[in-house]
Amino acid sequence: MALKFPIFMDAQSTTPADPRVVEAMIPYFTEKFGHPASRNHPFGWEAEAGVDVARQRLATLISARDPKELVFTSGGTESINLALKGVAEMYREKGDHIVTTVIEQRAGLDVCKRLERQGFKVSYVPVQPDGLIDVDAIRKAITDRTILISVMFANNEIGTIQDVPAIGKLAKEKGILFHTDATQAVGKIPVDVEAMGIDLLSCTAHLMYGPKGVGALYVRRKAPRVRLAPMIDGGGHERGMRSGTLPVPLIVGFGKAAEIARAEMGAEAERLAKLRDRLQDIILSSVDEAFLNGRPDRRLPQNLNISFAYVEGESVLMGLNKETALSSGSACTSATLEPSYVIAALGASAELAHSSIRFSLHRFTTSEEVEYVGQRTVEVIKRLRDMSPLYELAKEGVDLKSIKWKAE
Amino acid sequence: MAYSDKVVDHYNNPRNVGSFGKDTPGVGTGLVGAPECGDVMKLQIKVNLETGVIEDAKFKTFGCGSAIASSSLATEWLKGKTVDEAAKIKNTDIVNELKLPPVKIHCSVLAEDAIKAALADYKEKSATTAVAAASK
Repeated sequence: MALKFPIFMDAQSTTPADPRVVEAMIPYFTEKFGHPASRNHPFGWEAEAGVDVARQRLATLISARDPKELVFTSGGTESINLALKGVAEMYREKGDHIVTTVIEQRAGLDVCKRLERQGFKVSYVPVQPDGLIDVDAIRKAITDRTILISVMFANNEIGTIQDVPAIGKLAKEKGILFHTDATQAVGKIPVDVEAMGIDLLSCTAHLMYGPKGVGALYVRRKAPRVRLAPMIDGGGHERGMRSGTLPVPLIVGFGKAAEIARAEMGAEAERLAKLRDRLQDIILSSVDEAFLNGRPDRRLPQNLNISFAYVEGESVLMGLNKETALSSGSACTSATLEPSYVIAALGASAELAHSSIRFSLHRFTTSEEVEYVGQRTVEVIKRLRDMSPLYELAKEGVDLKSIKWKAE
Repeated sequence: MAYSDKVVDHYNNPRNVGSFGKDTPGVGTGLVGAPECGDVMKLQIKVNLETGVIEDAKFKTFGCGSAIASSSLATEWLKGKTVDEAAKIKNTDIVNELKLPPVKIHCSVLAEDAIKAALADYKEKSATTAVAAASK
């Protein structure tokens, strides 16, 4: 198959919608446009039926006991906000302490920072060099005032999959609620809220080949029954937890995406892991001093994150961006001008955080694309190293740490 | 963020990449920035000891595309200038030439620092050489 440019390998930022998803959505814009809360006419019934099917499909995908446990939101960020703020407000009398980790995505960290300003105490558990959170470190952070543990299921940068069942078990043992940000995991790897002891789970459609603008929060109804203070007041939709007219076409698309994911996840994960491993081989076999970030055997199948010593991430992307879309932990690619806090938290030097590149594959990635991107990456790294003063110094045997750098 | 054509051109066709021997007479070396900040520039000038004119300049840069372009442009501008003229190159000249956006101004500052460091190194070395010659 001929290559089509640009090649998209940034699928942990978003995924293209599956054409089957789009097809399922279309009637809900035009013919079946009713308000699902209109209880007294067929337009409403039809829209409600569409939402019900979607809710059921999503419940099945994450093995929720009851579809009513799913609350539709505008996406992962809103789900995380609702979970954390909703629990904090509702359980404030019980306690004022939250345990989370340093590698949560920004939404999780920023909500925690806000809660701290409001008087809550938050413990940020560090990450081990391999990207895993030590469950014992979570245990040690728990106090008798802890009301919530919030740990991401799989990391957005390095793809590391946490030991969620062990954290769920710990939470049950201590009688503390457990929220997981599963935006990167749902639809990609098996997620079972019952078997894994998850009380709250955030997910989003656009990372699993669904549309942008819709997400969901799973809120356990039994053992324990989780209660949340709503963030948005209004018509009392979604069991009062999230008012606002439901975006029916988006929800229908989310449901379709969940159905496809459930049916195809096994084969897709296997295919993507093989392609990912091939990409990794092409690069690591040709480039010295390239370091894999995150534990190799506990990664999302589509994720590859490598730090290339002595070259800066944005300059790598610039060498490829006409033809390939990738992402970097480099400061120059972030709005905050700070390098990746995830890579930095692994204990790598800040220089390696600036040098990290994330390749993320998706349902429509081909082996031709993988071969091409692998080869081109190798070329670009070699070219940039030829103009890197750090590579030159290192090759001369100079220890870069021995130089007294004059930072700006 | 889109890059200006000139930044892309310097990135794709960097001028004067390379190194001179540090101890070669007439060579001044500036090494500025820090790996943890994501930017390191090495800029070298080779001065004709008779005329005081910069005959050649080379750079190597670890940094983003704008940092590479800023140092590449600096080497182009340095060639043919006298040491005193070179000292007058300002980071704002680089910003204007490459149309750098505000978040990339630090790249031009670093390039100016690299020029100053190379000139200072050259002057220091020639002073030492002169002292050594005088004491003979």
